[in-house]
Amino acid sequence: MNVVSKPLPSLDGKALMMGRQAYTDDFAAAGSLIVKALRSPHPFAKIVQIDAAEARKIPGVELVLTFRDFKRIPFTRAGQGYPEPSPHDKFVLDEYVRYVGDEVAIVAAADAKTADEAIAAIKVKYELLPPVLDCETAYKNPSVLHPEPEIHEMFPIGFDPKNNVAASYKMNVGDVDAVLKTCDVVVERTYRTSAQSHAAMEPHAANARFDHQNRLVLYATTQTPVHIRRIISQALDYPLAQIRVVKPRVGGGFGGKQAIAAELFVAAAAIRTGKPCRMVYTRKEVFEATYTRHAMKIDMRLGAMKDGTLKAIDCQVLSDTGAYGEHALTVFMVTGSKVLPLYNKVDAVRFAGTVVYTNHTPAGAFRGYGAIQGNFALESAVDELCAALRMDPAAFRKKNMMREGETSPIFAIMGEGTEGTAMTMDTCKLPFCVDRGMELCDWAHHFPRRIVAKNRVRAVGMAIAMQGSGIPLIDMGAATIKLNDDGFYNLLVGATDIGQKSDTVLGQIAAEELGVPLSRMIVTSSDTDTTPFDTGAYASSTTYVSGNAVLKAAKKMKETLVAEAASILGTTRDQVAFDGETFVAESGRLTLRDLSNRLFYNHGQKQITVTESYVGHKSPPPFMAGFATVDVDTETGEVDLVDYVSVVDCGTTINPKLAQGQVEGAIVQGIGITMFEEPAYGKDGKMASNDLLTYKIPTRLEIRRLTTEFAVSYEESGPFGAKSVGEIGIDTPPAAIANAIYNAVGVRIRELPITPEKIWRGIQSARQSK
Amino acid sequence: MKISVEVNGLRRAFDVEPGDYLVDTLRGAGLFSVRRGCDSTSCGICTVLVDGRPVPSCSYLSIRADGRSILTVEGIASEAAKIADRFGAEGADQCGYCNPSVALAVYALKRTKPKASDDEIREWLVGNLCRCSGYQSQLAAIRSYLEERP
Repeated sequence: MNVVSKPLPSLDGKALMMGRQAYTDDFAAAGSLIVKALRSPHPFAKIVQIDAAEARKIPGVELVLTFRDFKRIPFTRAGQGYPEPSPHDKFVLDEYVRYVGDEVAIVAAADAKTADEAIAAIKVKYELLPPVLDCETAYKNPSVLHPEPEIHEMFPIGFDPKNNVAASYKMNVGDVDAVLKTCDVVVERTYRTSAQSHAAMEPHAANARFDHQNRLVLYATTQTPVHIRRIISQALDYPLAQIRVVKPRVGGGFGGKQAIAAELFVAAAAIRTGKPCRMVYTRKEVFEATYTRHAMKIDMRLGAMKDGTLKAIDCQVLSDTGAYGEHALTVFMVTGSKVLPLYNKVDAVRFAGTVVYTNHTPAGAFRGYGAIQGNFALESAVDELCAALRMDPAAFRKKNMMREGETSPIFAIMGEGTEGTAMTMDTCKLPFCVDRGMELCDWAHHFPRRIVAKNRVRAVGMAIAMQGSGIPLIDMGAATIKLNDDGFYNLLVGATDIGQKSDTVLGQIAAEELGVPLSRMIVTSSDTDTTPFDTGAYASSTTYVSGNAVLKAAKKMKETLVAEAASILGTTRDQVAFDGETFVAESGRLTLRDLSNRLFYNHGQKQITVTESYVGHKSPPPFMAGFATVDVDTETGEVDLVDYVSVVDCGTTINPKLAQGQVEGAIVQGIGITMFEEPAYGKDGKMASNDLLTYKIPTRLEIRRLTTEFAVSYEESGPFGAKSVGEIGIDTPPAAIANAIYNAVGVRIRELPITPEKIWRGIQSARQSK
Repeated sequence: MKISVEVNGLRRAFDVEPGDYLVDTLRGAGLFSVRRGCDSTSCGICTVLVDGRPVPSCSYLSIRADGRSILTVEGIASEAAKIADRFGAEGADQCGYCNPSVALAVYALKRTKPKASDDEIREWLVGNLCRCSGYQSQLAAIRSYLEERP
């Protein structure tokens, strides 16, 4: 390998650090109208009167849109494949507002101050409705969030809006209740995970203008340009062929930019005014009025025999999707489908639950996508079971966990909104990951705890995890490679680089196969007019699905070039050797540079371009073992995270440094939700943590040490042996840290975030009961 | 009101309102590296150097800059490229949105505390949030840049 498996610097890192024009708002047309939204101050209300006459009279105000200005077209903002597994329960603007921050009106004005004045001048009379602010009271609540008749599901997802149910699902293998009765030990516990805000550093933004053909051109902070184009067409009833979506550099996504946001409003404003429009969300809007992770309540029952054989898993989920059902079903299904197969040797497993509407900020996709929630419950419960069995949790896991060559019936049963796809684990280096992680954190020395100073206990805790590599038979990626004169290539991908550096990774795959340095592979993503189809950057699909498309395209390009060279050299293809730079046959030699120049200027002139597509027939899971080493102050409950060890099996790391960056970035987001991140709502339904002062994400001070290693692993079905690695890192911190804290002070926290206060209260109540 | 500011070595005149913030004045002048990440002075994305010191330009009134000297990353291009090389070698750059602000802070650190310890690096940059990297690779990259001879 000359390019793959090399820790090459990213293609765009240097220019981005030098401050080049690169992100969405950098491309807003000069003189664009400023688009802003009037947002609901109430968690649930009906707009009984809305008067924008005064606002429209203000000089400089070009446009005020209310729900009366839109056709009633229900759609979903989710940004998924079509037909979407999310309910069509959203209108661009509606006469109901369902969370604090929901859009009431859209204004476009000559400048920001005028737009603010216009917003202040819109008179709205609300009829306040009793909000649903606790997901445990949502089901069959007399306050129904979605009474509107037009909303619907695209296919059966358990949609039952009259009872505030966005989606529901159940499945079982074997008879869980019967098997649990035969178990020596059963633990039954309830775990709660909070929502989480993505807090990508670039706020959501979009801008639109009409081009020289009067087509609508949008720049957008999106993970899903193709879906954005489709949703705009559908929701605004505008011809799809007249829309172009350009994704420039994006300042982080993490799932928060999978669903549509500002794009809809700038498109609507540009279409109505015919003028260029721009919108940048304030940080408050990003927090309150984009999306969060789904908060969940998970009831977990595990049954095992005295020898540590796990026999049954019973998992019941209640998920809070907030005001709209983006990703309601699929996130919840991943809580089962990418968690429960970890323990594939059980006799029975049951998974069921409901996703309910509440008057919270809508939940959506977020790295981990349900798996982190399920992992916290399952991997905490496993340690609770081990405590009851008096068994080392590492030994228990090694006895019961998924191994290479094995499968789980869950894969065939559960997909994302549909049936799943049966698959065998062709790569699963979990045994290595566990053993190596135990070495790296010195489990033998630290488990369960050591007193390191007065009132200071050090302990280790662990969790294992799996994720996926795209959605089989649904996620499609395509790649186009174009030969240029002078013998360099363009790689055009719809795969969406949102800062995870997929352009670099995909470029490395193409460059490796074509035998050129990365500098001769010019990677472009994404522009719906010029780059080929790709469902987008989600579901850990890019390296595996889009990467396979790139590899296929590179192979096809190589074959095509060899055929052209053979024709020039007067021989047959099989007589030509090609190392990426030179074609060699007995009849002569030809460099790629010469070939390309001849093909363009001298000999049978033609453009050589190839396009290939890939859709996965399986979704080989990356696996990992995570180990937290914590110091707990037994007087205050404060926790110092001393080290977080990750040993990851993601197959080949196409770029080891970038893969490490994916893992470590995800680990730190996982540490965030574990230890302090929590969107906090007041009793009035307002999000209290709506800026980066009140919503704390990890800073440099909390991250003392991360130890990240990769298992040697080669997934045959992946490009150069790779699986995906974007999400897996986020799954283990909640359970591993919770388990470490239990090992340190005997306090079991089953509700995220795990704050010093909760630990201190646990220590106090344990002391009192003694 | 008119202000006169040295921006990246060039003296420039700006016509600003009393409530204008420096981030908007500079961005309006075509300096794309200067951007907002929040509205509460808590993310560090809008960092620029005023008379050599990192300041959050989202809460720095433009009129305060009158007569002062401002550096954005466009003004330290060759040093930013060096810092970028260190980040690239460590895989420490991801989305890049925060990177110009981090480059400015690191540039100022090298001139203020060239022998900063890891903890001093963390303290110096605590206000520069990054949601992508997990920070550890950035620490290694920054250390390596500080150790690099000019």
